[in-house]
Amino acid sequence: MEINSIENGLVIDHLRAGSGLRVLEYLDIDTERGSVALIMNVSSNKHGKKDIIKLENIESIDINVLGLIDHNATIIHIRNGKIIHKTKLSLPKKVANVIRCKNPRCITSIENVPHIFHLADNTGKYRCEYCDNFGRINDGK
Amino acid sequence: MDLQGRNLIAPLDLTVEEMEQIFNLAEKIIAKPQDYAEVCKGNLLATLFYEPSTRTRLSFEAAMLRLGGQVIGFSEPGSSSVSKGESIADTIHTIASYADIAVMRHPKEGAALVAARRSGIPIINAGDGGHFHPTQTLTDLLTIRLEKKDFSGITIGLCGDLKFGRTVHSLICAFARYSGVKFVLISPDELRVPEYVLDEISDYEEVRDLSEALPQLDVLYMTRVQRERFFNEDDYIRLKDSYILNAAKMRFAKEDLMVLHPLPRVNEISTDVDDDPRAFYFRQMKNGMYVRMALLMALLGKEIA
Repeated sequence: MEINSIENGLVIDHLRAGSGLRVLEYLDIDTERGSVALIMNVSSNKHGKKDIIKLENIESIDINVLGLIDHNATIIHIRNGKIIHKTKLSLPKKVANVIRCKNPRCITSIENVPHIFHLADNTGKYRCEYCDNFGRINDGK
Repeated sequence: MDLQGRNLIAPLDLTVEEMEQIFNLAEKIIAKPQDYAEVCKGNLLATLFYEPSTRTRLSFEAAMLRLGGQVIGFSEPGSSSVSKGESIADTIHTIASYADIAVMRHPKEGAALVAARRSGIPIINAGDGGHFHPTQTLTDLLTIRLEKKDFSGITIGLCGDLKFGRTVHSLICAFARYSGVKFVLISPDELRVPEYVLDEISDYEEVRDLSEALPQLDVLYMTRVQRERFFNEDDYIRLKDSYILNAAKMRFAKEDLMVLHPLPRVNEISTDVDDDPRAFYFRQMKNGMYVRMALLMALLGKEIA
């Protein structure tokens, strides 16, 4: 399958296969600003299969949100058909209301406070600020 | 000691040096309590106990009264607006406008942190669910220090409910910062130390058998299997009698073993151990008042040279 390359914009490469739709949903991109292409299950030497998102004429996205969903992805910045920069993503150190604490003994189960988690290691394990129990991004809201 | 205005929510909120300063002050108070009888005159302590307590609440109240201060508060949420559904944030807002310092116990983990974020006065965590109980740790460490003088090379066994035991979690986190301390964690599989606490220590072993572990221990920290932490009564009944320390078992322990327990006990330490000179749990209880006097003084900026 072939998709035309873009002249100006961003390519989000190395997305985990199957995660592209979720990424698009979270990024909440204004499609009136430019064209969006989602390519799923592309062959990849590194990962076997991957998803790719191409954003024509869109030059900024919320990197924190993308780091949360798939910190292994790469953002490629393209201008006049040439790669001008690559951004490697990383997991955010602190997230609020992204992971919900599942500990029924945690104060977040009864008090109206934000669910705050801090990054505990480089595998995406997060620690609840209040009760210290662990959670992961994919534990969802 | 620059602790004035600070909170004590988690065991690592105090540095090793700050803990040592509190122990030093506590030892001075033990030696000459009359010198401190009016240090906190004019200060008001609020005790907010959303969960039952005997020793912690009374030792805090006794500590403040012995320092010349006064005490307000509630010992059960049913006697306050909490029973009408008032949030912790609103309750602490109210208390902070009356008192100079507050002590809080709550069944939910992280409750004291929420209170500290909304309070303009120092908040002391007197137990938040199965999470932390940092002032019990000060009590435990002062008791060990008074007897052993030095923490280096101590092997401490913690036995019983290590999963929900907030005193255990706090003690491990704080004690692990001293070099040469080894932990022997004695519990059934279902009540093992949580991962977030194990992350704090390196020199430890997890075992199931108290009798086998006993001969190598310098300190044995017994805990109660807490009915109130279980959602399932059957699990509690199955696990409640996992470990019982009695005089017969004590025969295999070192002559200078210290047996500690945060109390209350149910049956995990048989009463035939009470008269053994190695039983330190009643002395430990009294030290709790002195170390809390030192802590109140420190957080209120009442240091005496």
